[in-house]
Amino acid sequence: MTAAHANPAAPVERDPHYNFGYLDESTKRMLRRALLKAVAIPGYQVPFGSREMPLPYGWGTGGIQVTAAIIGATDVLKVIDQGSDDTTNAVNIRRFFGRVTGVATTESTRAASIIQTRHRIPETPLSEGQIMVYQVPIPEPLRWLEPSETETRTMHALAEYGGMHVRLYEDIAQYGHIATTYDYPVMVNGRYMMRPSPIPKFDNPKLDHSPALMLFGAGREKRVYAVPPYTSVKSLDFEDHPFTIEKWDECCDVCGSEDTFLDEIILDDRGTRRFVCSDTEYCARHVAEQQAGIQDERETERQPAVEVGADTATAERLHLGEVL
Amino acid sequence: MYVAVKGGERAILNSYDMLDDYRRGDPALPELTLPQIQAQMPLAVSRVMAEGGLYDTHLAALAIKQAAGDLIEAVFLLRAYRTTLSRLGSSVPIDTARMAIERRISATFKDVPGGQILGPTYDYTQRLLDFTLEANRHTTPLAPADEPLAAAMPRVTDILQHDALLQAEVPLPGDPAPFDLTRDPLSLPAGRDARLQNLARGDEGFLLAMGYSTQRGYGNTHPFAAEIRYGSVEVELFVEELGFAVTVGEIEVTECQMVSQFAGNADAGPQFTRGYGLAFGYGERRAMSMSLVDRAMRASELGEAADAPANDQEFVLYHTDNVEASGFVQHLKLPHYVDFQASLELLRRLRTERAAGVDSAAADASASGADMPIVDAAVVGSRRAAADADCASARNGAPTAATQDQELTS
Repeated sequence: MTAAHANPAAPVERDPHYNFGYLDESTKRMLRRALLKAVAIPGYQVPFGSREMPLPYGWGTGGIQVTAAIIGATDVLKVIDQGSDDTTNAVNIRRFFGRVTGVATTESTRAASIIQTRHRIPETPLSEGQIMVYQVPIPEPLRWLEPSETETRTMHALAEYGGMHVRLYEDIAQYGHIATTYDYPVMVNGRYMMRPSPIPKFDNPKLDHSPALMLFGAGREKRVYAVPPYTSVKSLDFEDHPFTIEKWDECCDVCGSEDTFLDEIILDDRGTRRFVCSDTEYCARHVAEQQAGIQDERETERQPAVEVGADTATAERLHLGEVL
Repeated sequence: MYVAVKGGERAILNSYDMLDDYRRGDPALPELTLPQIQAQMPLAVSRVMAEGGLYDTHLAALAIKQAAGDLIEAVFLLRAYRTTLSRLGSSVPIDTARMAIERRISATFKDVPGGQILGPTYDYTQRLLDFTLEANRHTTPLAPADEPLAAAMPRVTDILQHDALLQAEVPLPGDPAPFDLTRDPLSLPAGRDARLQNLARGDEGFLLAMGYSTQRGYGNTHPFAAEIRYGSVEVELFVEELGFAVTVGEIEVTECQMVSQFAGNADAGPQFTRGYGLAFGYGERRAMSMSLVDRAMRASELGEAADAPANDQEFVLYHTDNVEASGFVQHLKLPHYVDFQASLELLRRLRTERAAGVDSAAADASASGADMPIVDAAVVGSRRAAADADCASARNGAPTAATQDQELTS
């Protein structure tokens, strides 16, 4: 909160008062050790000495500490919240790292080396060498079955996961479906049950055998866990009730995608709504690619280049994602 | 609209300015200075230092000013700053028996060596609003007391311990370095060192409520306030090169020692046991509450019934911290529309299926042993076809979509 914040377009300046990544080097080392252990035991929750960060607990302090521990001067950071780079919390975290590291930031999923996220995995497939950092509110998958940490740690040690299957079965008996829609429990590497943070179950299949490294940080609960690249991540289900993901009858109103996770936008108080991609970067790129495709077509047909009107329409559609 | 806007960054920056303006209030009035807060709101400063886990009256005053008087926000500011400080060393334990006393009372004995010292307290002020404070009052400096306080002010619990009436508090075998809650994650069952550290930074309101609950029957320990003392103590650092401890400063602390009856067991006869409370600065309510909760959490190790909330280590220790609690409660104002959308999708599907199930049940009243309701495939199919047509037009940049966009933008 200083007076020198007039121009939001200007890049955030590196604040020399703070160590690179805010945390001191011994704290980063402690975190890296915990992360190495987490990678070595996929899905296992490793306790770590979580520090108070200058952002509130529950707002991504676990993810922020993980990112702070692994980020280097040449990294390119992307931060998303609800799939979007533009939500206020994502903007704030990106500004924080701009201030305490000065690293390059991006909205492009492909260009990023570290992607910190809350509640989504990007639609663009991840690649080798990329690291996803998840902000985790409650790391314990068994927490709603058993409030005691002492008990749940024992249950993990014994791989005593029957209770979760019973819960899913009860859903089926009562509703005809498994009624867990986000934070859907998974088995990692056939051993530990893991909470994939509150991503919609739509994103669960992206965790399985992903070429990217997945790191999960829960600051308030003081736990980190990980899914190494190319590791099996299986969503819990039954033979006669296989795991399924959400489907919409609608497609994205902006880019027309039919296979992405959609946000519902309420337009008025008479029930009019529309659906748009939750991953705004994917959506914008999709539109740009379509536009380029249209241009190619027209050029091959030897017609004049895209008229101004089409450009404007695209620009306006892009703008929609920005405004909402 | 605050979500997902491209202008999010500008909105955030504007919110800084608005907050600055809100905090400052009427610029016609003189601005609060940090020395004023330190001198005239010392109890607020004490609470922020205690829960912030950092003894620095200047920084605490700054945090209070920056937080516009929201003490939990001030605690948060101080904690976040604390993370950046490097640790130079550990002091030797402070000795509260050698405290320069400002206040010292015992509820267990009418008189104690050194006497009862009421000191600065609200206890007997009758809580009548003092309208003379409305205007700036000219105060004369306090005249020195007729006679100085007694040089020796032994702790009441030390006196009790002489007679072995009170369970002695002895270091663990080998006197290991205490657990450090600020560096290591809490693990359960937690040792008393970790528990006391947790309580020392815990939210005063939470400690008060938990302590109060023990008095109302949820894990009663029949406590007596053996002694409460407030004053300043020296902080000493052992310097290896010198071979002795040197005083590096003085801090004010409030200490409360409650004693509770203990029926005894096979190993020990009946004795008094201790609940301990310590707070930075002057924080009597806090120290008393802490000592009640500390004793309540010892119930199971002393073989007492331990089924009340205050006896439950895990419940208490995981919920004391107001920086954690405040952040997590307030994170609910962050957007959750992805999870909400996932729930919405399920709810709609369940309701559609239920309606379809009800319809088919009505049509075929004689049907028995109906299975899971099945969605009307024809209905879904026709909706899907209509949706597909929309998708195709969206992909081709349908003008209708563009028109809608304009409406939204304006």
